Formats: sequence, C-alpha cells, structure tokens
Amino acid sequence: MADRFRINNLKKLKMIANTIRQDVLRMLFEAKSGHSAGSIGLADIFTALYFNVLYHTPKNPDWPDRDRLVLSNGHVCPVMYAAMANAGYFPKEELLTLRKLGSRLQGHPHRGMLPGIETSSGPLGQGLSQAVGMAIVSKAERKKWRVYCVLSDGEHQEGQTWEAAMLAGKYRLGNLTAIIDRNNIQIDGHTEEICPLEPFAEKYRSFGWHVIDVDGHNIKKIIDACEESRAVYEKPTVIIAHTIPGKAISFMEFLTEWHGKPPKKEDLDTALSELEKQRDSIESDDF
Amino acid sequence: MAINKDMNLADPLFEPAPKSVPSRDGFGKALLELGEADPNVWVLTADVSESTRTHWFADKFPKRFVQVGVAEQNLAGVAAGIAACGKTVFISAYGVFSPGRNWDQLRVSVCYNNVPVKIHGSHTGLTVGPDGASHQALEDIAMTRVLPNMVVVAPADAEEARKATLAVAKLPGGAYIRTCREKLPAFTTEKTPFEIGKANVYRDGKDVAIFACGEEVYESLKAAESLAEDGIDAAVIDCHTIKPMDMKAVEEWARKTGLIVTVENHQAAGGMGSAVAEAVGSTYPVPVIRHGVYDHFCESGESVELLAKYKLDSAGIAEIVKKAVAEKKR
Repeated sequence: MADRFRINNLKKLKMIANTIRQDVLRMLFEAKSGHSAGSIGLADIFTALYFNVLYHTPKNPDWPDRDRLVLSNGHVCPVMYAAMANAGYFPKEELLTLRKLGSRLQGHPHRGMLPGIETSSGPLGQGLSQAVGMAIVSKAERKKWRVYCVLSDGEHQEGQTWEAAMLAGKYRLGNLTAIIDRNNIQIDGHTEEICPLEPFAEKYRSFGWHVIDVDGHNIKKIIDACEESRAVYEKPTVIIAHTIPGKAISFMEFLTEWHGKPPKKEDLDTALSELEKQRDSIESDDF
Repeated sequence: MAINKDMNLADPLFEPAPKSVPSRDGFGKALLELGEADPNVWVLTADVSESTRTHWFADKFPKRFVQVGVAEQNLAGVAAGIAACGKTVFISAYGVFSPGRNWDQLRVSVCYNNVPVKIHGSHTGLTVGPDGASHQALEDIAMTRVLPNMVVVAPADAEEARKATLAVAKLPGGAYIRTCREKLPAFTTEKTPFEIGKANVYRDGKDVAIFACGEEVYESLKAAESLAEDGIDAAVIDCHTIKPMDMKAVEEWARKTGLIVTVENHQAAGGMGSAVAEAVGSTYPVPVIRHGVYDHFCESGESVELLAKYKLDSAGIAEIVKKAVAEKKR
C-alpha cells in the first residue's frame, strides 16, 4: 500500500524545502551546468507534492495505483531528483552524479533509467499530452489514482500544450491537476515581453478547466489547492503557482540570467549560508 | 516462371490480376482482431477515423478509442501517456501529418520513453494523386527509420498490412506502419509468410535483384515478367521491413546478382533504398540503383498517371532496371 507521507507539520515541510534547495545548489555546482533559478523556485511545490499530496511508494516506484507525476519542463529536474532522494527513492549520495557519465540522473529526466520517473522530458510542450493520456486511462478504468503535471509558464508558447488542454476539457478529466510554475521568466527574458501568456487563468477557464491561483511558495496553500482539485470532479484543474525564480537565494531571485547557469563556488557558499540562516529562523518560528 | 511457390502468392498472379483492396483495410481488420483478443489495445485518431479504418475499432470498442481532433502532436503525446500505463496504442492519421507533423513527439514522447505506440501513416506516397504534393507523404520512411526504438514496415497489400499490424502489436517499443489510399491487388494470401525483419523473396532471378516495398512490390513483379521477355532474369524481394533491415537477404542477393535496384513510392534519398544501400555497403558492396522520387515535390493527377510519370509503374520500373542491367554489363 501507499505510504502517503502526509506530513502536515509546516515547520517540517519548510525544513524539507530548505534541504531540497541546498541539495539542488550542490548538485548544480558539481554538475557545472544546469538550470538554477527554476529548480530553486520550485522547491516548495515539489516539497508539497512529494511529502504531502502524492500517493506513492518510494520503495516500490512501480506500484500500479500510485499517483502519476509528469514533469513537463524537464530542465528543472534537479529539484525533482532532490525531492525524490529525500523521499527515499534512491540514496542521496547519488544526487551529486547529476549530468555525469553513467549517472541515472540525466540532464533532462529519462523514464526507464531512474525508477519513479514517469516520462522522459526536455523538449517543451510534451508533458501535458502524456498526462492527459494517463488520466484518460485512469478514468476509463475507474481507477482512483490521479495525474499531476508540472509545467513551466514559457512552454505555453508551444501549441501542443493547448492541444492537450483542449482535449482534457473534452474528456472532463477531473483526475488531472496541472501545476504551472508561473515565474515569468524564460531564456530570452520575461514571458510577457517575449510573447504574452496573460490572461492565463481566463484562457484555461475557456478551455473547460477549474483554475486556482496560488502563492507558489506557500506550502500550505499549494497543498490546499491540490486538495481542492481532488474535490473538483467534473473538470480538470490548473493551479497557477506564482513563484519567484531563485526564491530564497538573495542574489538569484527574479533574475533571468540564473535561468540556465549553475552556481560558482563563491555563489554556492553564499547561498548555503543564507539557507542555513533560514533554517534557524524556521526552527524558531512559531507555527 | 520463377515465382517462388513457397510464398503462396495468389494464383493466378497476373491474368487476371487479383481483386484490389486498400491496404488500410488490412490495418483496420487487424485492429478489430487485436481489440477482441487484448483489452489493453487502444486506438487513437486525429479526425480521420473513417479514412484510416479506425472507425471499425471505434464502433466496437468505444471506451478504448480516443478522438483527439486535428492535433497530431497531441495525438502522439496522449498515446505515449496511455502506453506508459501498460497499454498497446495505435495512432492513425495521414502520413504527411503523422509522422510528418509530430516527429519531435515521436522522438521524445514515444521513442525516448520507449513505450509501445504504433504509428499508422495512411495515404502515403504518390497515390493520393489529385490531392497534390502537400498531401503526398514521400519522406515518412526517412524520418521514422532514423529514430532509435522504432521499427518501420511498409506492407505490400491489405493482407500483409493485416499481418504487419498484428506483428508490431507484439513489439515492446514504437513502430511505424505505412499504407496508401489506392486499392492494391491482393496478391499475397493468408498462407504467405510474414515476419518482421525478414524479406520475402517472391521471384528468383540471377541478373538483378529488385528490392521493393508497399505498392511497388506488385508493380515490380509485373516488371520482372516483362523483363523476362527481354532476357533479363530479375529477382523480386518484398522488403516490407525497412528497419530492422534483413541484412542476410541483402548480402545474399548482392552476392547472387551483383546488382540491386530498389523501388519505393518515397523519396529516393533516405528511404528503403538508402537502408538497403547502407546494408549492401557494409556486407557485400555491389552497385545499388535507388529508384523513387528524386528530390522533388510532385503534383496533382490520377494515381496511375502519376505512377507512370514518375516511372513507378511496372513499365517505368522495367525501364529503370533494363538501364541498370545494361550499365552493369559495360
């Protein structure tokens, strides 16, 4: 059976998110390449998913009734790897093999190489279609498992994402929850300058989706939004999670230049000491 | 007659020609058989269910049929998601759109994921005729055979399409099946053998070996008859599986005849002929003449007119082979 982690203690969850951020920074530093800002910005969402929302069994990743988590924007995989390792899918030491020859932790995730990865991804716009396919099967066979799909905002410039959104509306996939990392950045700059995505919520609504806007760094609210999506039976739900790229690292926040580069040694040291200080304040916080 | 009796082809083979049936009918029939036998077989289409014969499956197994609309990229992606749940999924659309439109989705969502999605490209080649060049899929073999975890099959008639469909359903990964719109003489029979990766030798010969696929197999057989009257003894091989290529057959016929002519309703570059040439080059190098469409967009016209114009009917093939044999002797 599933050991749904169901950690409800916010202090614990915040500590896990802090650990995941530290892991991601170390991984990217070791790898000497990779995407920092998006991975760091998604730490709270992945903490919520792996430590509260998902029904899954890290020791038995192929459990047939597990919830499926499809990562569409594969370039933020360091945060998923770190969440998985902390949840017990594989030893944490392996995190430092990211992007290295012989590693199961490919630069963009690869199904079949690392148990627990549902789909290979990287080229943007392909995840939601696959999530829709899975949700159609679960619904047709009256299964209880749900499908969660994490997408970037930028990949909504890919037409395929909207093809998938349209079909999810057609089949009223109440068992599908899409979570958009609305961090407003993409490689060449800000999304609204490159090619505007707004009004995001209205677009999804008109495609037949239930839409929830949420602060993507408020773990409690992310969990609540996922719970709400479970209760919406007649249509798919999209959670537009507003995030800050590089969140919690002072010199990374909001900067598009951190989209596609790893930290150098001095960046790593500064970031880790900032995160350690945050641990102390989480510890002393009253919840 | 040098026709290989072991292949149990239709008898008579030429006069009169066997009844004509579209090869996609064989595909549609096989889907029904598969749907009956295995509750894990799913079928998806992109607004072309009737013309791809997937409506037969849809009528019988509506819960395992998904209509995605005019969205071939989503077609491949949704199929990959369904296949990731342990299903065998067939997607059916016109070859120009699938694999034409959704190659990246086939590469990553299907092949890199290594999930059992079988792509049926219908209405391929010149025989969509009047629709014109935009709808004539002449590059689909090239773009699919280069993908890892992808098998590529171009059946010669409806019965072979049926067998090929049943066969690819058993494979663990991706596969591409190519059919055409035009009715084709049903010249193979239930007893004709079919095995993925094993070319069928329909006619023995010593001067030249013609490797053909799809509708060009029967045309090549007819061409071989007329070549015989001119004293040219041509073998005809149904090279239905383009990937994996039957290396043994290629080497054997390169040794036996010292000259290979490939014939396909596809660009002469990158398709079955190129695959044969690659195999010849690495086994027993002899001249390989690749016949097809030569780096060109074709035009509207009736199927027979186009096949004649581009020398892909029996007369045209005979002409190409005759020239190749003459040059070999020089």
